[in-house]
Amino acid sequence: MIKVMNLEKRFGDVTVVSGVSFEAERGDILGFLGPNGAGKTTTMRMLVTFLPPTSGTAEVAGYDILRESAEVRKRLGYLPENPPLYNEMRVTEYLKFMGEIKGVSSEELKSRIPDLVDICALSGVANKLCGHLSKGFRQRVGLAQALIHNPDVIILDEPTSGLDPVQIIEIRKLISSLAESHTVVLSTHILPEVTEVCNKVVILSAGKVALESDLEELLQDRTLEEVFMESIALDTSRHSGSEQVAIQ
Amino acid sequence: MSGCVKNIYAIFKREMLAFFVSPIAYIVITGFIFLCAYFFYNFLGYYDLVLQQYAAMPYQMNKQLPSMNEFVVARYYYTLMVILVFMIPMLTMRLIAEEKRTGTFELLAISPLSVTEIVLGKFFGVSFVVIVMLLLAFLFPCLLYIYGQIEFMPMLTGLIGMILYALGFVAIGMAISSFTSNQMVAAISSMVVLLLLYMINSPAESVGGSIGELLKYLSPSEQVVDMLLGVVQLKTVIYFVSVILFGIFLSQRALEAQRWR
Repeated sequence: MIKVMNLEKRFGDVTVVSGVSFEAERGDILGFLGPNGAGKTTTMRMLVTFLPPTSGTAEVAGYDILRESAEVRKRLGYLPENPPLYNEMRVTEYLKFMGEIKGVSSEELKSRIPDLVDICALSGVANKLCGHLSKGFRQRVGLAQALIHNPDVIILDEPTSGLDPVQIIEIRKLISSLAESHTVVLSTHILPEVTEVCNKVVILSAGKVALESDLEELLQDRTLEEVFMESIALDTSRHSGSEQVAIQ
Repeated sequence: MSGCVKNIYAIFKREMLAFFVSPIAYIVITGFIFLCAYFFYNFLGYYDLVLQQYAAMPYQMNKQLPSMNEFVVARYYYTLMVILVFMIPMLTMRLIAEEKRTGTFELLAISPLSVTEIVLGKFFGVSFVVIVMLLLAFLFPCLLYIYGQIEFMPMLTGLIGMILYALGFVAIGMAISSFTSNQMVAAISSMVVLLLLYMINSPAESVGGSIGELLKYLSPSEQVVDMLLGVVQLKTVIYFVSVILFGIFLSQRALEAQRWR
């Protein structure tokens, strides 16, 4: 479902992502780990066809992100780090709009929106303006938006940041339930989250893949913390200042 | 094709919502109508004065009275052109700049919509607001039609001319908004560009020659003036349609470039 091949991104002279390759199949929940500035968000933005890679390419849902970006976009749900909501729209209006521009028919939306409001526990705020929502609710509306067209591939950039513990548990359950028929890429800083929901892990460090592995295999005799610290210790240049470029 | 229309309509509806949920549209429309009323009253008063002067000069009476179309309505439209230079940037500034600032542009960019659909949806959205504004402004000349002696056709061609003129400005304002993520930058740059375009024919006489002719040709106020007096020419329509298409094209190119940056 996702096949990343030698993806590279340079901003001017600074290489943010170089030679990144990994794969994920349908049913996989891939944990995407790495310290700040490792190039996680940049890689994700390339996968969702927002940033063009400097070289290399990737296949998402069977389509090439460079040559068939239009097909990729139809099959992809994306939750950016800061959920971009239209503050002047009500939650249901926003979801309807997002469904419309993603090509969901209005009949489908009539049943899809209440379903998502249920799934993402938004019933209390369905008629509120997005601008009036707290961080946790914004995150959940962002998640609902990513799921609205029932995409094959779902890419989530820190979906549980800013949520309270109950919400985090709910969102994790939701993500686990998505695995049956989707491929999920989940970037996060919370290691236990990966152990709990993911079955694969990719650790990125200074723009390179430091580790790609099945989680079960990996954690037979070690904890994820140990693995993570080992992977990023290999790299000495992580404070090279690429962070600022990566978040632009 | 129908999918394309549906997509444009989705963006258009969202723009409508954004305009009428926020106070911007109401403030701009109210301010515009207030200024319209003020200038209309002034020109009417001036016309009244001219009539009185005519009445005081009996030997003039066998001549034709000055036309209300020319003395009131055309002047009124001419003033609206200046007001629009300042009002239209207020409506177009947020179009794309705000999407970029809040990050929603990222969602639009990775949606299956084409950039052309996004740009057209937004253009039609503001155009709708601007047309509503001009129709409301048209109510004042209509009062003259009901209560006074005035020809309707020049009023109507004048309105159509004003709509073409305003939509040209909307397209330019939108293009400028697509180059920045700061609304104030978009608003001020648009005002400068539109004011310059409005005044572009002023050195025409002193420059003279073919450059002078070119400056006159480029000037939207020079182009529209015949329509305000009731003369519709194909070249006027072609000029304004070109300006509109040029603005839409620029916005489209700017966003296309940013989508794959």
